[in-house]
Formats: sequence, C-alpha cells, structure tokens
Amino acid sequence: MREWLPAVVVGILFGAGLVLSDMVNPARVQAFLDVAGDWDPTLALVMGAALVPSALAYWLRRRLERPLLAERFAIPENRSLDGRLLAGAALFGIGWGLAGFCPGPALSSIVLGAWQPLLFVAAMVAGMIVHRFAVPELRLA
Amino acid sequence: MEPLSPLAALSGGLLIGTATALFLLLNGRIAGVSGMAATALGMGGATPRGQAAAFVIGLPAGALLVAWLIRSPTVVVTSSPVLLIVAGLLVGFGTRLGSGCTSGHGVCGIARLSPRSLLATATFMAAGAITVFLLRHVWGG
Repeated sequence: MREWLPAVVVGILFGAGLVLSDMVNPARVQAFLDVAGDWDPTLALVMGAALVPSALAYWLRRRLERPLLAERFAIPENRSLDGRLLAGAALFGIGWGLAGFCPGPALSSIVLGAWQPLLFVAAMVAGMIVHRFAVPELRLA
Repeated sequence: MEPLSPLAALSGGLLIGTATALFLLLNGRIAGVSGMAATALGMGGATPRGQAAAFVIGLPAGALLVAWLIRSPTVVVTSSPVLLIVAGLLVGFGTRLGSGCTSGHGVCGIARLSPRSLLATATFMAAGAITVFLLRHVWGG
C-alpha cells in the first residue's frame, strides 16, 4: 500500500504528461526522428522539460539517506558500456523509428481508441518474452 | 505536421519529469517503463511486482484523464500491421537487452548522468533517426 499508491500516482502523472505533450501520437514522434524531412521539435522540448525536475530529484537524492517511503534507494550501479547495451539500444531505436511507439506512449495509448497500440503492445510483450527465454539473465545490482 | 504549442510540450514534459522525480524521492526507484512492464508481467527486474503493476496501470489511466479533461489526442499511425508487429518485437526485445527505453535511459538516466544511459540514448536516437530516414527518404518516397 505504502509503495504501490505512489507508484500508481506516478504512472498517472506520466501517462497524463505523454498525452498532454502529444507523445502518444506516433506521427509526431516520427516527425522528430525525421531530421531530413518536416522536422518537429516537440520531443526535444518534452525531454528537456522532463529533465529539469528529474535532475533536481537526482541531485536531492544525494542529500537523502533513504527515500521517503522505502528502506533504500535502488538505483543501478552498473557502469559498463557493453555490447548488450549497444545492441539493445540499437534494436529498440530501429523499432521506435519503424512505428513511432516506445513503451510508455504505447501502453498509455491503448485506451485512446486506436487499435494499433494494442497490436504494438502485444508484439512488444512477445519481444520481451523472446528475450526472457533467448538471452541468459545477467545478475546485476 | 501541425506544430504543437510549446507550452503543451513543456508542461507535458514537466509532468513526466515530476513523475520520475516523485518515484525516486518516494520509492527510491527509476521510473523506467520497459523494465516495469516486464516486471509487472513476471519477467524479473528489481522493482517489486505490485509497484511495477501499479505504475503500468497508471499510464493509461493518466492518459484517459487528460483525454477527457484537457485534450483528446489523435493517434496517427501510418505503419502497416506487419510493420507494427516487427517494431513491437524489436522494441520489446531491444529494451530488455539494453536495460531501458526512453524513460529509464532517456529521462532518468540522463538526469543522473549515467554513462550507460547517455550512450543508450544517443544510440536509440541515432538508430531511430536512421530508420525513419531510410523509411521515408530512401525506400518510401
């Protein structure tokens, strides 16, 4: 209760932000990625604005011994720039460009009336399952 | 495409950033959508499953809320069903292999200056831009 309640509020704010900024619209996301075409700066503005409270919180975090509602911070400490990271980010980027959906906007837009996000999310879950069985898990804190 | 008002983009971005800030300061965790979606589906991960599920359910709830109260978005998808499936598979597999997506690497990771996230973000942005370039200006027309 103590931890899932803030989690659902955070999800709601996140989904609300994605609709408000039109990031649930794949055409606008692809227009941002289309640097040689009719370029749309929206995604850069959204990300830039998101970084402000986010960076403030990460700065504040160093002054906190523990989070307000949990025992400890669980932030990844892994710093290795490895092949998995690069290959994974590249494959993700290709999929992102092909459809204009990344996980947050896709999951947020399944209730907005279009059928395409549902198909995309189903395929995305299938891709996660393939990874689960095809790639041995790395135990990283 | 019709430009979105910068105010909408910035306020949406601030909401997203506030969400990630709250998740860090309250629950001590990274608000990464792909990771939490996988965890919610029982595919491992560091976040407790209840929290991850609450976050994932919050996304469409927040989207609906804004769609009802403020602006109803148009989800313009130009990709064919086959392309959506390929894209979804790549996004699902790639975000697991690369340990994150636009939220975990792009917003949270850059905010804390994680070298892995900076590299991942540069990589998926470049891969996305190249994909859209090939799709629209080389193969498309």
